[in-house]
Amino acid sequence: MARKPLDYDQLNENVKKVQYAVRGELYLRASELQKEGKRIIFTNVGNPHALGQKPLTFPRQVVALCQAPFLLDDPNVGLIFPADAIARAKHYLAMAPGGLGAYSDSRGIPGIRKEVAEFIQRRDGYPSDPELIYLTDGASKGVMQMLNAIIRNERDGILVPVPQYPLYSAAISLFGGALVPYYLEEEANWGLDIVGTRQSVAAARAKGMTVRAMVIINPGNPTGQCLSEANIREILRFCYEENLVLLADEVYQENIYQDERPFISARKVLFDMGPPLSREVQLVSFHTVSKGYWGECGQRGGYFEMTNLPPKTVDEIYKVASIALSPNVPGQIFMGLMVNPPKPGDISYPKYASESKAILGSLRRRARIMTDGFNSCRNVVCNFTEGAMYSFPQIRLPPRAIEAAKRAGKEPDVFYCLKLLEATGISTVPGSGFGQKEGVFHLRTTILPAEEDFPAIMSSFKKFNDSFMEQYEGYSRM
Amino acid sequence: MRRYAADKARRAVAASLRAASRSAGPSPAPAPHPRSPAPVAAMAAALARAMSTASVGTPAVSINTINPKVLKCEYAVRGEIVTHAQNLQQELQKNPESLPFDEILYCNIGNPQSLGQQPVTFFREVLSLCDHPVLLDKSETHALYSSDAIERAWQILDKIPGRATGAYSHSQGIKGLRDEIAAGIAARDGFHASGDNIFLTDGASPAVHMMMQLLISSEKDGILCPIPQYPLYSASIALHGGSLVPYFLDEETGWGLEVDELKKQLEEARSKGITVRALVVINPGNPTGQVLAEENQKKIVEFCKNEGLVLLADEVYQENIYVEDKQFHSFKKIARSMGYTDDDLPLVSFQSVSKGYYGECGKRGGYMEVTGFSPEVREQIYKVASVNLCSNISGQILASLVMNPPKAGDESFESFMAERDGILSSLARRAKALEEAFNSLEGITCNKAEGAMYLFPRLHLPQKAIGAAQAAGTAPDAYYAKHLLEATGILVVPGSGFGQVPGTWHFRCTILPQEDKIPAIISRFKEFHEKFMDEYRD
Repeated sequence: MARKPLDYDQLNENVKKVQYAVRGELYLRASELQKEGKRIIFTNVGNPHALGQKPLTFPRQVVALCQAPFLLDDPNVGLIFPADAIARAKHYLAMAPGGLGAYSDSRGIPGIRKEVAEFIQRRDGYPSDPELIYLTDGASKGVMQMLNAIIRNERDGILVPVPQYPLYSAAISLFGGALVPYYLEEEANWGLDIVGTRQSVAAARAKGMTVRAMVIINPGNPTGQCLSEANIREILRFCYEENLVLLADEVYQENIYQDERPFISARKVLFDMGPPLSREVQLVSFHTVSKGYWGECGQRGGYFEMTNLPPKTVDEIYKVASIALSPNVPGQIFMGLMVNPPKPGDISYPKYASESKAILGSLRRRARIMTDGFNSCRNVVCNFTEGAMYSFPQIRLPPRAIEAAKRAGKEPDVFYCLKLLEATGISTVPGSGFGQKEGVFHLRTTILPAEEDFPAIMSSFKKFNDSFMEQYEGYSRM
Repeated sequence: MRRYAADKARRAVAASLRAASRSAGPSPAPAPHPRSPAPVAAMAAALARAMSTASVGTPAVSINTINPKVLKCEYAVRGEIVTHAQNLQQELQKNPESLPFDEILYCNIGNPQSLGQQPVTFFREVLSLCDHPVLLDKSETHALYSSDAIERAWQILDKIPGRATGAYSHSQGIKGLRDEIAAGIAARDGFHASGDNIFLTDGASPAVHMMMQLLISSEKDGILCPIPQYPLYSASIALHGGSLVPYFLDEETGWGLEVDELKKQLEEARSKGITVRALVVINPGNPTGQVLAEENQKKIVEFCKNEGLVLLADEVYQENIYVEDKQFHSFKKIARSMGYTDDDLPLVSFQSVSKGYYGECGKRGGYMEVTGFSPEVREQIYKVASVNLCSNISGQILASLVMNPPKAGDESFESFMAERDGILSSLARRAKALEEAFNSLEGITCNKAEGAMYLFPRLHLPQKAIGAAQAAGTAPDAYYAKHLLEATGILVVPGSGFGQVPGTWHFRCTILPQEDKIPAIISRFKEFHEKFMDEYRD
């Protein structure tokens, strides 16, 4: 009798190795509890609209019109859509022959890629080539495409920050490569340690690996740190010296909550450094409509921009993109709108500006409230969320808690997070899902719950944490 | 010792670089041209690079260092001849008189709305409202949208937590929509379907990739694929490092699928040490258009059961059937009607919003229905889906509309049916007209397109033409297609892109240009073909 073809033991081993904690054990347990009627606050994923953030009005008006172009001919359309939204819908429909329902160019609609290039030029001060910008169904697809192109076998190593967003570790596992970790320094506000990174590379090479690429996430996820220009220069020089392609995940570039280190793109720094680096360092930069103040996760809109990749390589990447036919057209339009938003003087500008400002101002306040809230808790130390959407507090678990975790067959931070979930309904992701130094435990939560819910959430956490620490440590020495 | 010294030197260089950048201070205002770095820094960079243990000289990512599986895979539907057509189009834009035609007719790809097919109004009304739910609170909305579209939008939004269409959903897709799709499947087949078995994806293609990823561990894992096939399958298998095990459809019998052929190819693969894991069946077929008969389908199901194969049923053209004597039967329905339950047969059925009468390619909506797998395997499928978080919400909504369209009694039902029937009957007429045209020509035989969106005529080329192609270094069908394009602007895909019996030549042509253009296309094609045959007459 033939073996069943899809028995567990016959699955692709690479698939089995994949871990993606963001929707792993904690999330599944939270979903179970929710089905049982418990109120859950999902802070496991950067999903702003799921926690009450409203979509910006203008892009939704434009896309609604693009979906139903027959509305444009209706004399009543002006009753519910402003003139600039109508004009913009016509602008995008003109760029998309066949409208939203046709496969576009596999790289994305040329007119929208041009808008992205213009955005990059305005942001950085250097010209950008639309031919080297590919739109994708979310930045994640772009990351996967690039890693798939780079990784040949298990000896190809990719430098990934620890802690990292586990898309990278998952993709590396799926494609059969090797993750080469470089540790961010928690005591130095999750700063980059270039010496340690160099050592990681040397150690990997000593094991026979070819280190091919370096991933940076700026602002960081889950850590939130914003890289300084000096940091980025250091990294670019490092990639130049070590012959690595730099993969710059810049999806949180609009989520900056301090003024000392504004966002500066890796590409800008690269060109500022001039030749030979500016002509030779290979760079791929990623962006999305899912984050920032747009938070349009469900649209799946993203892009990557290639710098200094040889034309033949670009051809191959184009070929792979063409197998997927095209990225979804509404998501492409969201990207066009994001990089080319209403301007002062446009009818929709005041509303757009006030909606955006409100969201960003609130995120900035919430970043501060959450950091301070965690720091006021017993045995919890939390670096400030300089950017992105997360808080990554360190939980100093007492030895008895760690033992209890072992007895329960769980990692200590998983144990803590499950107890937190069951006591408070707050669904987080244990730090082990992102990577951390041995024996140091964290959890990741988002700063996304509604601002008015924050006091209740932080006090609920504090209460749970106090009682957990009491249980496993005894009374605090006060 | 040498490594220590090298490391020490490198650290010294790095330290000096840090010192140099610190003294340089923050970056000044953006300049339009890259400046030269300070000489010290440039020299230090060069020195550090020379001392690195990296393999210098070649760029990190070059044609020599990228994943060889990427190099190996191919996708002719958007391949070389398409690039050539796009270049010709650009020439036409610059210089309209430069070529013997005034437009490129893209018959290479199943992309109906790019050639003038209109979307289904009801679907677009609902999607538009879901994209901007604020509209539902305005009374003026009733002046612009039909009331059942408004009603359906409310129903859909109620299934989405917080009515947040901009949030990542469950990684399998919104539960309520999956349940609706399952109900649609059950209504279609007469057998129960569960929303828990549905995975909503950005089109059917990512779902196919997911399954290939799961099934293929090495080149020893083989997937049986029809020849000719839709080259997503060959590309996906190549990308995942597996082996394509071909089974030939029989052109003489209208592209018939014989189980004996399946058996033969299976055994041959096994004798070469390949573990055959799955059977891909495309029904209705692409590029071949045949619709399988029920008896045939039953034999295929038995074959998979006996040989322990996963059945991958690509059913994206299930609504494109143009002949009275054939009907679509899903493989799930066939399997259940034979008495096979969820425990008996691993079966994955793929559906898409891109085809049918809706043709919404650009939305990237689709799903796979996964039955017959153990819970551990299901977990792995879920895990892979979760890494991408979820598919686009608008596409998910559209998939639920396709599987649960307006019903008799709904306000939009009549106009919906008029649109639907109009499109489907036109497709049937175009399929017939093109098939007859191809068959009327010397040196071309063409099987009927019973379904899907393509014709796959066979070229019986004279030896002289084959010789000319070989001299030009191209396959004869590519040679023919190139000349067709350059003479008429009609773009088709050479049969070699899909696979064919060696020594036979075909091309795939869609039936999608608007009906009023078809006579002109046919006459231009005829003119070209007759000239070609005369020129290369032996």
